[in-house]
Amino acid sequence: MQEAISFTPQLAASPIAKILWLIPAVPILASGVIALLKQPRRQAAAVLSIGSLAFSLLLSLVAFGHVVGGWAHGSAVRETVNFTWLQFGTSPVELGWVLDPLSSIMLVMVTFVGLLIFIYSTGYMAHDENFTRFFCFLSLFAGAMLGVVISNSILLLFMSWELVGLTSYLLIGFWYQKPSAAAAAKKAFLTTRVGDVFFLLGIVWLFAQTGTLLFYNNGAGSLEGWALTGLLSQPAALGLSAAGAIGLLIFAGAAGKSGQLPLHVWLPDAMEGPTPVSALIHAATMVAAGVYLIARVYPLMQAGALTGSTSTALTVVTWVGASTALFAALIAVAQNDIKRILAYSTVSQLGYMMAGLGLGGVAVGMFHLITHAFFKALLFMGAGSVIHGCHEEQDIRHMGGLKSAMPVTFATYGIGMLALCGVPIFFSGFWSKDAILESAHGWTLSQAPFYMLLFGAILTAFYMTRQVSYVFFGAWRGHGHAHESPRVMTTPLAILAFFAIALGVIGTPAWPWFRSFLGDQAAVVDIHAFTEPAWLMLLLTSCVIVIVGIGAGWLLYGNKSPAAETPDVLEKSAPWIWVVLHNKFYIDELYGVTFIAFYAWWARVADWLDRRVWGGAVAGITALFGLWARLNRFLDTNVVDGTFDKSCEEISTGGGLLSSVQNGIVQNYLRILALAVVALVAFLIWSSRP
Amino acid sequence: MTPLAGYLLIAALLFAIGLAGALTRRNAILVLIGIELMLNAANLNFIAFWRYSPHPEALTGMMFAIFSIAVAAAEAAVGLGLVIAIYRQFHTTDLDKITRMKG
Amino acid sequence: MSPVFYLIAVITVGGALAAVLLKSVVHSALAVTGAFAGLALMFLSLDAQFAGFAQILIYIGAVAILVVFAILLTQGSEILTDAVFSRTWLAGFVIAAAVFAALGWAVLQSAPVLPNVSAVPAVTVHDIGVALVGRYVLPLEIIALLLTAATIGAVIVAMHEKEAAK
Repeated sequence: MQEAISFTPQLAASPIAKILWLIPAVPILASGVIALLKQPRRQAAAVLSIGSLAFSLLLSLVAFGHVVGGWAHGSAVRETVNFTWLQFGTSPVELGWVLDPLSSIMLVMVTFVGLLIFIYSTGYMAHDENFTRFFCFLSLFAGAMLGVVISNSILLLFMSWELVGLTSYLLIGFWYQKPSAAAAAKKAFLTTRVGDVFFLLGIVWLFAQTGTLLFYNNGAGSLEGWALTGLLSQPAALGLSAAGAIGLLIFAGAAGKSGQLPLHVWLPDAMEGPTPVSALIHAATMVAAGVYLIARVYPLMQAGALTGSTSTALTVVTWVGASTALFAALIAVAQNDIKRILAYSTVSQLGYMMAGLGLGGVAVGMFHLITHAFFKALLFMGAGSVIHGCHEEQDIRHMGGLKSAMPVTFATYGIGMLALCGVPIFFSGFWSKDAILESAHGWTLSQAPFYMLLFGAILTAFYMTRQVSYVFFGAWRGHGHAHESPRVMTTPLAILAFFAIALGVIGTPAWPWFRSFLGDQAAVVDIHAFTEPAWLMLLLTSCVIVIVGIGAGWLLYGNKSPAAETPDVLEKSAPWIWVVLHNKFYIDELYGVTFIAFYAWWARVADWLDRRVWGGAVAGITALFGLWARLNRFLDTNVVDGTFDKSCEEISTGGGLLSSVQNGIVQNYLRILALAVVALVAFLIWSSRP
Repeated sequence: MTPLAGYLLIAALLFAIGLAGALTRRNAILVLIGIELMLNAANLNFIAFWRYSPHPEALTGMMFAIFSIAVAAAEAAVGLGLVIAIYRQFHTTDLDKITRMKG
Repeated sequence: MSPVFYLIAVITVGGALAAVLLKSVVHSALAVTGAFAGLALMFLSLDAQFAGFAQILIYIGAVAILVVFAILLTQGSEILTDAVFSRTWLAGFVIAAAVFAALGWAVLQSAPVLPNVSAVPAVTVHDIGVALVGRYVLPLEIIALLLTAATIGAVIVAMHEKEAAK
């Protein structure tokens, strides 16, 4: 045992931390420039896009190196750069970014996998006419995702989060002329939105309660001691503390983005997008953003947990994760689209990641995230290569025997598949999944998640074997000739395959580098960890899982290649189960009759309100105005004009009347004279009376 | 009723009658006759007052009446000449028909 | 009041009334001549002999003849087709009545203060002549001027103007 090295937190910002904002900014800038380019300028778009992400990768490596260097010297690196964006009266709106082990490792993963996928896309989308638009959106996505990763302010994280959702929408619906693609994009956006509403509530509550938007701020951040104790002491509903409630709200947002059980419906439909999109967004990065979010706010999620037990929030996370893992694995067994199988596999693995976070902590969940990113991106890109080689065919029942026609794809795909199944020792997937199973076994509250995850692992091996058998083994059932993909597509596959194997090294119990790195502890090399009985039991269990799963799959499907029209083996033996699984447990239909029907009804009510009530009110007011105008006109014409005209008439008539006095008859004048004289005389006489 | 009052009353009556004639008759000549009557009434007034005045030897009233007669004669001449001239123009002496001074 | 006074009054007023009320203009001219005569008698009864005879000479002898000449020259002797009185004759009578009422009332009001009896003034024509060229020479001259002007004026006004007749 090495002596514990004291870790002194290093808070002053190093040069790399100060320019950390460039990592997301440069791809976004590139996206903006590409947006101004015309469609035919493909090379410029690709160069800008790949170049910007390569630059971000370089900076991420520098940052990673800096953090590792600091860690190796015994100082826990957590450097933040914060600034105030706006001032609302007395409360400032702060933004900022943080450089710590979690963010640095995520930066490297995102930029590296992203770069490989970008390079792959230049080959995959070569025949597409909207090449430039594709790279514009890809760069925008990359920038937004990196923004989520480095963000120290929950507001900045949310802004980037929303931008990620937007670009996901744009990319899923890339071929928007296809109605199914447009519908899928809309579904993705709306479903994640449901989660985002809860997320926003959580943000607002957190800000209101702690008074700060920053996570880490020299002890004043919302994830640091003082704020957390405040949150814990504040009671919310149902026996939860404010910390627990906020944690659950944030988890709701993560559940939307990461496709956890009730909000998973968008992920399989998102396969309508081009395969690089599926690889990047729906395997490696965006869906991992939810997991990353939980990892980022882990102190909040964990708050209130007594030693040896877990908090309410984490318990919920665990249950949801385990359920999702099992549920999605069941559905994947009965799918026939190559990408859909992978999509459900992603949902299932995300469940594993969430369960890992809840059961074992940040390192357990994040390790699986990292390894999963590599082999799932590999699998998707391999699937893309297969689709490309089979002339845009996606149904696995129309493929077969590709191992000879597409050898590189087969080899890399095989490695990815074995990593996903968790084949022991050699593949990284084993180490990460094993860590999760270990944590589940050691969970004090219940052993049910352990068995769910176990069964899920068996199913994973089973359906992946089924898929590989259908695609690569047996006889060719498609049309035309299958051909291998160009170098620009197969090279990234090879690189990813290498990492799918190599990454396992950093997560073994003998040398728990990953866990120590994230946990700010010294990494101890201890070969004897391999000989611990608990670990050996787990190794045995994993071997059993793999053998059972792959064996069953090979028995039922290996080398058989049934024709596309014949029903599946399982379908013949258990038709009811097959139908339920094939129709995804009818969740979409359930949503259709409940939420969507309600929403449609509500939309009709709103429309009626709008047209009749508000429209009626507006029409009423308009009519009132019309009436008023008419009244005014009436008044004006009749009263005002009338009065004026009348008075003029009166004057005219009066004048006429007066002028009739002078009728030219002289005697009249005389009479009036005489009358006046009489009056005068009478007056004189009367006034001079004594 | 003193004699003076009686003469004055007669004069007033004559004046009123002359005025009535001037105001109501249609023929222009009759209007002039009325005017003459009025002038005569005034003359009567003067003479009556002269007769019963304290100093009749001053002859004021008498003089006035004589001059008045002279003026009346001149005025009658001119007036009647005017009537003739108007008659030539309008071919009628009906005052109701001569309304050129209509305002 | 002596009966002579009433007689003369009747003649005068009657003549005046007749002059105003009669239909024919010629009859009116004759009636007014009668009124003038009555007035002359009145002057005589008021011991103003000179005025009385001047009245007869001038009014009856000149003015009445003038009126007759004017009637002649304006064909006033034609048979009248229209009404004699103007359409609004009542207003005229009312006004005349009002005038009479005013004057009459004034006279009657001041009746008590009017002198009752007075001596007959000893006035001769000689005195009048002396007054005319003495005290009243200016009015005399002006009257002369007036008469001249009136004569000339009347001639000019009533002259046939050959050009204006077109």
